Parts: sequence; C-alpha cells; structure tokens
Amino acid sequence: MTTTDPSTTAHVPRGKRRIGDVVFANSARGSGILILVILAGVAAFLVAQSFDSLTANTANFLTTSEWDANTREAPAFGVLALAFGTVLGAAIALVLATPVAIGIALFIVYYAPRRIAAVLGYLVDLLAAIPSVVYGLWGIGWLVVQLAPFYTWLETYFGWFPLFAGPVSTTGRTMLSAGIVLAVMILPIITAMSRDVFLQVPQSHREAALALGATRWEMIRMAVIPFGRPGIIGGAMLGLGRALGETMAVAMILSPSLVVSWFLLQSGNQTIAAHIALQYPEATGYGVSALIAAGLVLFAITLLVNMAARFVVSRRKEFA
Amino acid sequence: MAKRIDVSGLHVYYGDFLAVEDVSMTIEPRSVTAFIGSSGCGKSTFLRTLNRMHEVTPGARVQGKVLLDDQDVYGSEVDPVAVRREVGMVFQRPNPFPTMSIYDNVIAGAKLNNQRLNKSAADDLVERSLRGANLWEEVKDRLGRPGAGLSGGQQQRLCIARAIAVEPSVLLMDEPCSALDPISTLAIEDLISELKENYTIVIVTHNMQQAARVSDVTAFFNLAGTGKPGKLIEMGETNKIFTKPEKKETENYITGRFG
Amino acid sequence: MSAPTQLSEPIAEDARMAAPNTLSLGGSLPRFTPPVTLAVLLLVSAGALFLLDAWNPAVLVIVTAVAYMVVITLASVIVENSRKAKDRLVTAVVYVCFGIAMVPLVSLLWTVLAEGIVRLDGYFLSVSMNGVTPSMDAGGAYHAVLGTLVITGIAALISVPIGLMTAIYLVEYGRGRLKTAITFFVDVMTGIPSIVAGLFVVALWIMIFGPGETNGLAGAISLSVLMIPVVVRSCEEMLRLVPNELREASYALGVPKWLTVLKVVLPTAIAGITTGIMLALARVIGETAPLILTAGSSAVAINANPVEGQMMSLPVFIYSQVRMGGAINYERAWAAALTLIAIVMLLFFVARLVSRFFAPKAR
Repeated sequence: MTTTDPSTTAHVPRGKRRIGDVVFANSARGSGILILVILAGVAAFLVAQSFDSLTANTANFLTTSEWDANTREAPAFGVLALAFGTVLGAAIALVLATPVAIGIALFIVYYAPRRIAAVLGYLVDLLAAIPSVVYGLWGIGWLVVQLAPFYTWLETYFGWFPLFAGPVSTTGRTMLSAGIVLAVMILPIITAMSRDVFLQVPQSHREAALALGATRWEMIRMAVIPFGRPGIIGGAMLGLGRALGETMAVAMILSPSLVVSWFLLQSGNQTIAAHIALQYPEATGYGVSALIAAGLVLFAITLLVNMAARFVVSRRKEFA
Repeated sequence: MAKRIDVSGLHVYYGDFLAVEDVSMTIEPRSVTAFIGSSGCGKSTFLRTLNRMHEVTPGARVQGKVLLDDQDVYGSEVDPVAVRREVGMVFQRPNPFPTMSIYDNVIAGAKLNNQRLNKSAADDLVERSLRGANLWEEVKDRLGRPGAGLSGGQQQRLCIARAIAVEPSVLLMDEPCSALDPISTLAIEDLISELKENYTIVIVTHNMQQAARVSDVTAFFNLAGTGKPGKLIEMGETNKIFTKPEKKETENYITGRFG
Repeated sequence: MSAPTQLSEPIAEDARMAAPNTLSLGGSLPRFTPPVTLAVLLLVSAGALFLLDAWNPAVLVIVTAVAYMVVITLASVIVENSRKAKDRLVTAVVYVCFGIAMVPLVSLLWTVLAEGIVRLDGYFLSVSMNGVTPSMDAGGAYHAVLGTLVITGIAALISVPIGLMTAIYLVEYGRGRLKTAITFFVDVMTGIPSIVAGLFVVALWIMIFGPGETNGLAGAISLSVLMIPVVVRSCEEMLRLVPNELREASYALGVPKWLTVLKVVLPTAIAGITTGIMLALARVIGETAPLILTAGSSAVAINANPVEGQMMSLPVFIYSQVRMGGAINYERAWAAALTLIAIVMLLFFVARLVSRFFAPKAR
C-alpha cells in the first residue's frame, strides 16, 4: 500500500508553496549541484594548471620517462615510467589480495563459527580504518626488514624467473614490498564486497547443492562462486582503483628511480602519486604544473577503473 | 465539526495509467462509509485522493472535483497541507513516530508544525485525544514511554488519537484493522461507532463483516476488467447492499462468487 | 535445482546409491583428526627446524601449514575419497587466508603499540617541534595534534552540511536527470585519489592567491573533497531506511514536507547518520598526501590559525619524521602513529556508542 518512492512529485499549485518548503528543497538541490560544480572544478583546474607546462614541455609527455621540470627553461618530462610503476604496483596488489580476500570472505560467511563470524568481520574492517601513513611506517619500519631475507632466498632459487632476477635489494625497499603493503590495504575492500554478495546467495541455491550430496566446497563452487562472481570482480576493481591512487605507502617504502623495470626484487620504479608527494615540496619553475599534469593522468586512469567497476557491480544488481 | 464530502467525476491517474475512473458520490457528515472491493480495485487510491495524500506518489494526479462542504479541495488556491489538517488519515499498519513518546505522538501534529502549546493546553489535548481514542486508561501512567512499546492495537488507537488531536472534520481509515488481532479489531470498531458522533468517517476494509458491523453506507468498487481502471459499482445503505444489491457484480462479491 | 530443506537427507542418500564409485559410504576420518594432525605437525616441524638450526616462528607457521595441507589431503584420499579430500584442502586454504589477513593486523597494531609507547607521554603530547633540531632528544607532536583537530574539524564543518543536504535531495526530492547525474558523480568522487584532491586545491589556490600559499584551510578543503562523497553515501543509505509510513503519517497530520524531513525523517535516522559521519571522519583524519601539498610538511610551531601559514598534522608529522630517517625521528613517528590510531579507534568507539544511544527505543 505504501511502498511508494519517498521522492515526491506533488502537483502543488505553484502560488501556494510554503517559504520553508521552497528554501529547504532548494538548499538540498543546491548542495547536490555544488557537488557537480566541485567535480567539474577538479577537472577544470587541473587541466588549466597543467596547460602551461605541457605546452612548454620539450619531451613527449606520454612516451618519455625523464623528469626535468623544475626549471623555466626548456623543461623535459614524461609519465611513461610513472604510469608503468603505478599500474605495476596496483597489479601486484590485486594479484596478491584478490584470492586471499575471497578466502577470507568465504571463511567469514561459510566456515567460521557463527557466533564469532561478526567479530572476525569487524577485525577485517579494522584493517580499512588504519591510516595509510601508518601502513607506510609499518612497511618501512617492520615489513621490509622481514622481507629482505625472503627476497634473497627468492632470488637464489627463483632468480631464473625474470620478475625475480637480481641483484636483489638489500634494504627490501622494492616494488614488491610496496605491492604487498598495497595488497594489505585493499584486502578489506575486496573482502567486504565479496562478503556482501556471498551473504546474498539465495539459501535455496545452497540447499539445492547440498541436497545433491555436494561437499561444502562443491556447494561453494556450484552455487556461491557463479552467483558472486560479478560482485567479486567489482570489488577487485574498486580495490584496484584504490591501489592506483594510494600515495603514502609507496612514497615511504619504495626507493624510487624513473625507469621502466620488471625486476620486482630490485630498487626502482615509481608511481605517479608517490612521485607527486615526493617532488611537490621541492618543485620550482614548471615543476608544480608538471606534477598537476601527472595527477591528471592518474585521475584519468582511476576514473576509468572506477567507472568500469561501477558498471560491473550495477549489472550484478540488475541480474540479482 | 463534521463535514460533507461531494465527489463528482473523479479520475485518478498514475502517469498515463488511469487507475480509478469517473467516481461520483456524496458522503454524509456524522456517518461511517465503508469502501469494499477486491484488492487492486482502486478503493485505497480513491480514499487517498480525498485528502490529497495520493500526491505523495510520484506521477499521481486527478481530474474532477472533491468538495468539502462546498469548498473545492483541488482549487488552485488550496494548500494540500491545509487539506490534510481538515481530513485526517489512519493507515493500515500502525505507524507511531519511533523517536517520540506516547505524549509527544499525540500532539505530533502541533509539535511538527512548530506550534507553541502551553503545558496545560497540551496536557488537556493529550488527555482529550487519548480518551477520544479509548486509550487513556491504558497509558495514562506511562505517557513518557516510547509509542513503539505499545501493542499493535494500542499503537493503532494511538495513531487515531494522534489524528483526532489535529481536530479534523473527516477521518479516513485505510484498512485500520488488517494488521490487528480480533480483540484489538473489536476495540477499534467500538471506537469507530463512537467517533461518528463527531466526525465524518470513511473506512476501507477487506473484511465484509466489518463493513456490515460498523458502516451506515457501503460503496462497492471493482475493476472494469483486467488491466482496466477501477470503478464505483454501487453505493447505498449498508443493509441494502448486503441484502438486496442492485447490481449482479455486487451480489457476486458479497456472496463470495467472483465474477 | 531447488529442493525443500527437509528433503535434503533422503536425496543425499539417493545420490550416494546412484553413484557408488565416487561416493563410498565407507571410511571417514574421525572428528578430532584435523586438530590432532595440526598439533602433531606443529611439534614435528618445530623439532625439525630446531635440529636444522633454522628456528624462525614465521617459517615454522608456513612449514606447518603446508605440511598440514599435504597430510590431511593424503589421509582423506586414502581413508575417505577424493571429493572429501578436496573439501578438506579447501577448508585448510580458507583458514590460512584468514590467518594471512591477521598477520598484518596483529603485527601492525603490536609494532605501533610497542614502538609508540616508548616516546608517547604527556611531554610528547604537550610540546611542539619549535626550536628542536631533527636529531635532538626533545620535542613533541602537540602542534600536529592541534593541526589535525583544526583541519579535520573544518573539513567536517564543510562536508557534513553539503553531504547531508545532498543525501536529503537524493532521497526526498531528487528525480530525473539531475538525480541520476548526482548519484553517478558522487560515485566518481568516491574514487578520486587523495593526492588528486590535494592537487585540486593547489590548482585552486594558485588561481586565487598565487603559487606557494599553504595553510590549514586549503588542507581542510582538500579533505572535504574526499569526505563529502562518503557522507553522502552513508546518509543516503540511512535516510532510505526510514519507513515511508512515517513520512505519510506526518503528511496526513498536515505537516509540510520540509518539516516532515526535518522533524520526522532526520530524527529517525540520526543514529545511523552520526555513525556514518564518525566513520567518514575516521577515514579522512589519517589522510596524508593532500595535506603535504596543501597545508605544508615543514611546520614545526604551534599554529591554530587555519588561514595563516603552514599547519602540521599527525599524518604529515609521521611522514616528515620518517623522511628525516634518524632513530629519534622513527621514535617520534611511532609515537605519533600510536596517537593517530588511538584517535581513530576513539572515533570508532564513539560511533558505536552513538548508534546505541540514539537508536529508537521500544520501551
């Protein structure tokens, strides 16, 4: 009877609207419009401020890797290595985090004793509440020290595999370390998303599988995973978006260099976000403008990934 | 206090969809009028047009006239908010405000409208309304408690008290007993018979015994066919509708033969 | 594919009879097998590592986990069947996944606590770094705590009204293209990298004040860009939870729409809204990157004026101390990290209290 949408379109005679109603409705509407203005402002200001340096740039912005922008004379800079490092770091994080996150979500929903499942879920959410700068501090102050011997071992036995080729960094401040910390940071995002879809799997689907004599794993494979796949993919892409834009963990852990390098155990590589944070305090000349241009590239990449993620998730809603 | 309602040539639309077609009727003051009919036949929709509550639904609009003692409810200068103060409404499911006490729920109409009531006037209004809803004796010792703590039947009577505290002249009830047990239903039915001394009451019900018990006049609504709009089929003295209906459709419905 | 619950047992029996080769009813491992196997393997691996002189708790856990997976799978294949073996293997893997997630959480909280407690005291919280050279055994984070409170406070003052009113628009008033556009772009805004939010304010400030102007207000605005979409989302969700019947009840009493929203809808949803705002605050209070760009990273003195000069904040304090790299700097960074985590946990705790306190009561 009363399942109507709360947003209303009263056909109220125009002249008869109350002042309170008009003021309130319009300030609500104004706030919404303000958000659109802010977002347009973000795009417009970034484009406007990067314009200067991009026109003065003597190198190709998209295909070179050097960064010589802190000058008024003939700046030469490009985002190739930075964009590569950004994608590489996020990809490592995604590859490491997704399977673990699915496992955690399965654990919380189907394996953990019912009474403590909520508490365990809360613990994973706690991971999301820890500030990224603290992750960075933990990464450089604790994690890299633990990882350095492991990297040596990895190089000794798997050095033939190109990704793990030496000479291995003795400090552990490598792209792989940064990727691991990023993986920890996006773990709660993917877990939360997967957990939500797993909880939505209709009981009838699960019982149908169990009634056929399936083991728990077969039930999950038959009923849960197919139903939850779009949610998992959407969650993974949201995590990817977060990892692409994450600054502090990378800026603090990685010992950077502006090269395109596939060697995960060596120092080197850099991401756009970390580069901006590290370079900004010392930027002069065209420096700030060039960094804003780099930020614009990052904005574009994350925008694409996030929109793709929303698309996948919203399709799931249509089918569910 | 009670007012007469005159409806003529009323059509109700949801967007382009015609939900109720061409209803004309007169509802006398100080009487109980029951709307009966199968689900989805538009009787609730029609009820909601009497105090312009249908406007809350996006895309809903009407054509035709509703007069409240000769004043057009849909006149261009009429404020729907003012109409609703004149024509109160009680809903299917009891819906006391969960953030308010019993006391505050009763004077919610005044409170929400920022009207200042002095303490004794408010106390007075609360007692009068709760007595009017036959609830005073049951709650007078716990007026400060949340309204959501009452039983379903008590909550519904609280909602009636809340509606009459605004001092309307007409009271619309949309299946007020469908969510209640038989004893609470009886309490509400007794209350309706008392309230008709002062108000014009219109009640939508699915329960034909209830219509027969409480109403003076009964109106039967039905769909003109699948996918067609709802229509007023017949209206008359309750006794007559239930014993000697003029229309075949009405007789089929009353006797349980659908048709 | 759908079978009523109560039929599950008989159907399972049927399936077993229909496929006797894969579903032998025969052996099954006793219930206590997994824990006992795990305990035995733990002891064996510990002994082996000790003898090989390779003692290391991390290696012990890894070796035990791998050995358990192998042993339980083999045992199940031999005694039970391959399907059950796979099920047991996956169960072990899922438990391991959860264990993996607990490693960073526990080690992070433990390290921050153990390292941070060294320097976190009244002195640290009550003095700034003014006049303290980076390697001097003195100084504290008072200016950073103050800056964090000022900056996030202003960010909240900007974000909460805009976010809440936008949510009200989306739920109570919005329709058509504008609603779709706002919903979509709020989603887009959620995905803005924090450093880009910082760059936005940098670009804005250059246009208004010229280059090089950094202050607390700039930091607060950049945080607002990150906070607004979070507030909109959580408020929107909470407003949608308010039953429509309450709105109708209010309309039927002759209450205009704006008063209905203000006095019925908002009070009903206030617990969830406050909780959502607290969690949004907890999220932005740890943001670092935009503040380095907008509020500066080299302030050492107490500055409570958001429109004049650089303003330090706890996250940026941690970062800049780490950049200096000395042992004393790390001590300060850990202490500041502990302070920051304590503030975040406090916000979480208050959020829970608030939601319990404000929730509509039934008796």
